[in-house]
Amino acid sequence: MTRAAAIRRWIGEHLVLFLGILVLIYTFVPIVVVTLMSFNDSSRSRNLYKFQSFTWDNWLHPWEPNGMKESVVLSIQIAFLATALATILGTLAAFALVRHRFKGRSAANVIIFLPMASPEIVMGSSLLALFVSSGFGGQLGFWTIFIAHVMFCLSFVIVTVKARLSGLDDNLEQAAMDLYATESQTFWRVTFPLVLPGIIAAALLSFSLSFDDFIITNLNSGQEVTFPMFVWGASQRGVPMQVNVIGTAMFLIAISIVLVGEFGRRRQKVAA
Amino acid sequence: MAATLDDVAHSAKARRKRTGYWLILPGAVWLGLFFVVPLFSLISASLYDPTGSVETGYSVTWHIQNFSDAFDQYKGTLWRSLWYAGVTTAVCFVIGYVLAYAIAFKAGRWKNLMLILVIAPFFTSFLLRTLSWKLILADDGFVVDFMKATHLIDILQMLQLSGDDRLLNTPFAVIAGLTYNFLPFMVLPLYASLEKIDTRLIEASSDLYASPAKGFFKVTLPLSMPGVVAGTLLTFIPAVGDFINAELLGSPNERMVGNDIQSLFDIGDYAAAGALSVILMAIIVALVLVWVRNSGTEDLV
Repeated sequence: MTRAAAIRRWIGEHLVLFLGILVLIYTFVPIVVVTLMSFNDSSRSRNLYKFQSFTWDNWLHPWEPNGMKESVVLSIQIAFLATALATILGTLAAFALVRHRFKGRSAANVIIFLPMASPEIVMGSSLLALFVSSGFGGQLGFWTIFIAHVMFCLSFVIVTVKARLSGLDDNLEQAAMDLYATESQTFWRVTFPLVLPGIIAAALLSFSLSFDDFIITNLNSGQEVTFPMFVWGASQRGVPMQVNVIGTAMFLIAISIVLVGEFGRRRQKVAA
Repeated sequence: MAATLDDVAHSAKARRKRTGYWLILPGAVWLGLFFVVPLFSLISASLYDPTGSVETGYSVTWHIQNFSDAFDQYKGTLWRSLWYAGVTTAVCFVIGYVLAYAIAFKAGRWKNLMLILVIAPFFTSFLLRTLSWKLILADDGFVVDFMKATHLIDILQMLQLSGDDRLLNTPFAVIAGLTYNFLPFMVLPLYASLEKIDTRLIEASSDLYASPAKGFFKVTLPLSMPGVVAGTLLTFIPAVGDFINAELLGSPNERMVGNDIQSLFDIGDYAAAGALSVILMAIIVALVLVWVRNSGTEDLV
């Protein structure tokens, strides 16, 4: 009786956590598939998106498919440049919104929220309409992709840095000032290091958004082919399994950066 | 003396105000030029003379009929897109709430790790993850076999979500893909607002003899409303405009409005593409206003 009650209680306590973990597992199924498919030997039938037999070949010769290397390089270049600019502009804007009161602040907040809540197809076609009507229709390419990527990354950067900044304890800055630190010393020695994790998270998010974007890029890329566009093109004819190598490698790199950061933070906490 | 102190304070305040403007200016200009202005370009494109082409150029002739033409021709896919996105949002809400609740209240010291795992799928390409559903839902795959064995597939068929004994190229596959892809956009805002809830309020409700279910519906859920609104918007809106899932996991019978807009641009019919985009945006704005107003939350952003 008491035992059954205890079991019931335990289940009640842990049921939600268990279901939550199930949902997380579900979100990881496709990643497992992508990883498995990176070891798939598709030489017999390329049109079949199906596991046929095991091979190391895709990992040993990742750049075999025509045009894939160029597309990955292009995507990385754009992602780096767009992330750099979006992170700088976004961080400045986040400081303005959290630390300064000025007219038009709430309007600014709305305009920052809107790109996150607009369908990509509408943003992409609007930008294309702008480029075409202002005479840049023939010059679609690297820089138009760059412009678009900075635009949609900005909002995500601002929101991420803002969250970190508004959670900050301003007693620490007060203390620095009380100890005769100048305004710029306070900023660079206290404020900035505290906000940095937020800025890094924003940059990571922005990099992966840029590297991954298809719908907006596809409309504004002219003749250029980014990695998602390469995958899209390939999906119409038969996907080379090497794309899964790139997908798996990107995932492993990103997740190790995040985990190293997280464990570093934990150790710091324990030490403190 | 007092006056000068006041002056100093006043000018410092004015300086801070000006600094605020300078800091936000570059980002605001970028968003203004490449997000706000293009919306007007889109509206003017939707008023192009429909006979224009890339070669002959386009001119704005206030051709209002573009709208009614586009609406008549594409109302089927418009309606279908809204329906798929609505189902997607509902499913994401249910499973996303469970996950967000587990992370906020039950995860303990694993909270951060679980949050990282929620966004981790973003680090693999969206297209590759969508393609992998093609394999998971394949005709001879495990999921189809399981659904057949449990007769779940018959229920889906009754709801007209799947065809004869297959899942791929059916509405089910498209909705499953959309649900999968946009789930993190539901979980993160839900988590953010659940985490802010003072758990003493929930305890108080159980002290006052509310059952756990009643406590949830009367206390937890209403307090998480800002997250519910933000999450449903961030899921529904991108899902309506998406065409990747419909293209990769559906058949031509599951075309969504994004597919139509994209292919109109491909053939250079900017007038119709623009008009259809504007119609889509107008429907979304109207739905969002109704939803936000009725949910009674003001602090969205």
